[in-house]
Amino acid sequence: MFKYLKQLTSLVAMVAVLFTFTTESMAAKKSKTLKNTQKKGFVRCGVSQGLPGFSNADAAGNWTGVDVDVCRAVAAAVLGDANKVKFTPLSAKERFTALTSGEIDILSRNTTWTLSRDADIGLTFVGVNFYDGQGFMVRKSSGITSTSQFKNGISACTNIGTTTELNMRDFFNSRGISYEPVAFEKADEVVAAYDAGRCDTYTTDKSGLAAQRTKMKNPDEHIVLPETISKEPLGPVVRQGDSVWEDIVRWSLNTMIEAEEYGITSANADSMKTSDNPQIKRLVGAEGEMGAAFGLDNEWNLRIIKQVGNYGESYKRNIADTGILPDRGPNELWTKGGILYVPPSR
Amino acid sequence: MNFKLKDIGPQLMTVIAVVLVFGFFTYNAQVNMENRGIDFGYGFLSQESSFDVQFSLIEYDGSHSYFRAYLVGLLNTILVSVIGIILATILGVLVGIARLSPNYLINKFAAFYVEFFRNIPLLLQIFFWYFAALRALPLPQDAEAMFGISFLTIKGLFVPAFIWENFNIFFYSIVAAIVAIIVIRTHARKLQETQGKQTPVLLISIGLIFILPLLSFLIGGVRLSFEVPVLKQLATTSFIYEGGVSLPPELIALALSLSLYTATFIAECVRAGIQGVGKGQKEAAASIGLTQNQVLKLVVMPQALRIIIPPTTNQYLNLTKNSSLAAAIAYPDLVLVFAGTALMQTGKAIEIVSITMFTYLSLSISISLFMNWYNNKIAITEK
Repeated sequence: MFKYLKQLTSLVAMVAVLFTFTTESMAAKKSKTLKNTQKKGFVRCGVSQGLPGFSNADAAGNWTGVDVDVCRAVAAAVLGDANKVKFTPLSAKERFTALTSGEIDILSRNTTWTLSRDADIGLTFVGVNFYDGQGFMVRKSSGITSTSQFKNGISACTNIGTTTELNMRDFFNSRGISYEPVAFEKADEVVAAYDAGRCDTYTTDKSGLAAQRTKMKNPDEHIVLPETISKEPLGPVVRQGDSVWEDIVRWSLNTMIEAEEYGITSANADSMKTSDNPQIKRLVGAEGEMGAAFGLDNEWNLRIIKQVGNYGESYKRNIADTGILPDRGPNELWTKGGILYVPPSR
Repeated sequence: MNFKLKDIGPQLMTVIAVVLVFGFFTYNAQVNMENRGIDFGYGFLSQESSFDVQFSLIEYDGSHSYFRAYLVGLLNTILVSVIGIILATILGVLVGIARLSPNYLINKFAAFYVEFFRNIPLLLQIFFWYFAALRALPLPQDAEAMFGISFLTIKGLFVPAFIWENFNIFFYSIVAAIVAIIVIRTHARKLQETQGKQTPVLLISIGLIFILPLLSFLIGGVRLSFEVPVLKQLATTSFIYEGGVSLPPELIALALSLSLYTATFIAECVRAGIQGVGKGQKEAAASIGLTQNQVLKLVVMPQALRIIIPPTTNQYLNLTKNSSLAAAIAYPDLVLVFAGTALMQTGKAIEIVSITMFTYLSLSISISLFMNWYNNKIAITEK
């Protein structure tokens, strides 16, 4: 009796193993990250510790923002549900280690794409979801309206572990201005110290300045100076060495941007299936085999658009309507005078 | 030697297990780093750092190397630790003695201080002192001058800088005074041992340490002048002091919170040490005619110190390690500069964290060795 039971269990186990092997596609087998994500049932996503418009949690713990939406898009594509994301708030200092050590699978945390980060530290940038540049914030009462009025001895509050520290040095050095850098580990402390009057200026990416300004005691007392001192293309990052996962994240982002280009929104996505335009039909999974190469079904992109929306919807919901940066500036589609331009899904 | 397998077997297995576990992790780290294309190496230390640091004891800017940035962080850590240890020791000894005071108010006040400050997490205290100070301190243009030459403002404490002429002569005069004091002390001890004569060593020492440097001013050509900080306008409402020396508020807040916190523990060590000396010792000393001061100096303190030193060593170590909380309030210590910015810019996590850990280990062991030496020196010498 006992002997048979043992044989039976091993038989069941064997069948189970065989079954999992056969249902698993080639791509999923190649991508360890995709396999693990599907097994766990959620996407592990690294975000900021609170940057309104990009990644910010409300009192109930719901995350919103354009960076958050990238992770939600991947969850919609891979797991079929945009809410199946586990967000891990990370400081600027922790973020890359968290990604390379495998604690998270996507880093979507207003991270600047630079050569050394892409090449040196075992990471791959998959695209740009926000074109930004570093700027300065000052108190209105200081009378400063341009960086050309900065004088020797100015103190500047900022975060450590960002490209900001390097740009700041380049900027002040090239103008021959001596300055006092006051660098904090967390953004909240930077805001508090600047607001208290510790520093004359607060410098970080302009989107960050606009977002943090809303946290000041009296936001109207501060202005962001017009000059932009650096290029800061911000985008999601994945670990090096899993090209299928890299492609999934890249094309999830591209789908959102291209959907806006073709006027596909979360509201009309289903009806677009019968469109005459083959490019639109490909974007809603009604034509071609656009998911097979990733090991996904054919409606992965339709789910992204339906559940998360296109890039324009995400921008409006998170950044424009919240009053952070109503003007899209360079983050407008190339067809409308911006520089958002993605390769075609075909 | 005859080993029995039964005896060494478990020990051998433990050693093998430890080696295997370490080997496993090292191997795994190597494989993982190779897979992700991460190089391992310390070559980055000589590269240009290209970031600036707010406050540095040695000349440094972004054109120096990462190694130099490491030194800047290390020196800042040592600076805040030394200031903290000195302040904490002074305050701790005072409060420890105050706790034994028969005066009700002093006694209870000291007890309240100890219980209050040691029971609040240190990080909170650091935040409190930093942000409370930032809110409470005046802007540079509103600051009242202290003694007409120093200014405590939200941007830091600005004090006059000393400008010396012939500083080396002044320096030698102090060295000469110290040497003279050592010679006199040795001689006085010999006199005491051989002839029983007592010399007022303390008075002579104080005299020497003042008179010799004074002479260097009067006849040695040493001149000292002050460079007083001057208010400078940067923009309509923003000002800064120029000239003189500036101490950032981050350093002040950190040194203050570290010493207030650690002093509570040192106070308890001191109290325990003094109470640990038997009552009979004091009575015996008094009965052979020693004065109250002599009882304290010759009988109580030498024995109390032996109880006080070992636990106080722990507190010194804690203070040094706790100084790494500096990163929270932008004081550029080793953790902020090296394990923070430098780590981010290079991405060399394993290398930098290992160097940082090794550095803290060395710092702690140095303090430990020094305190052990001191402890041995004051231990009872068996005759």
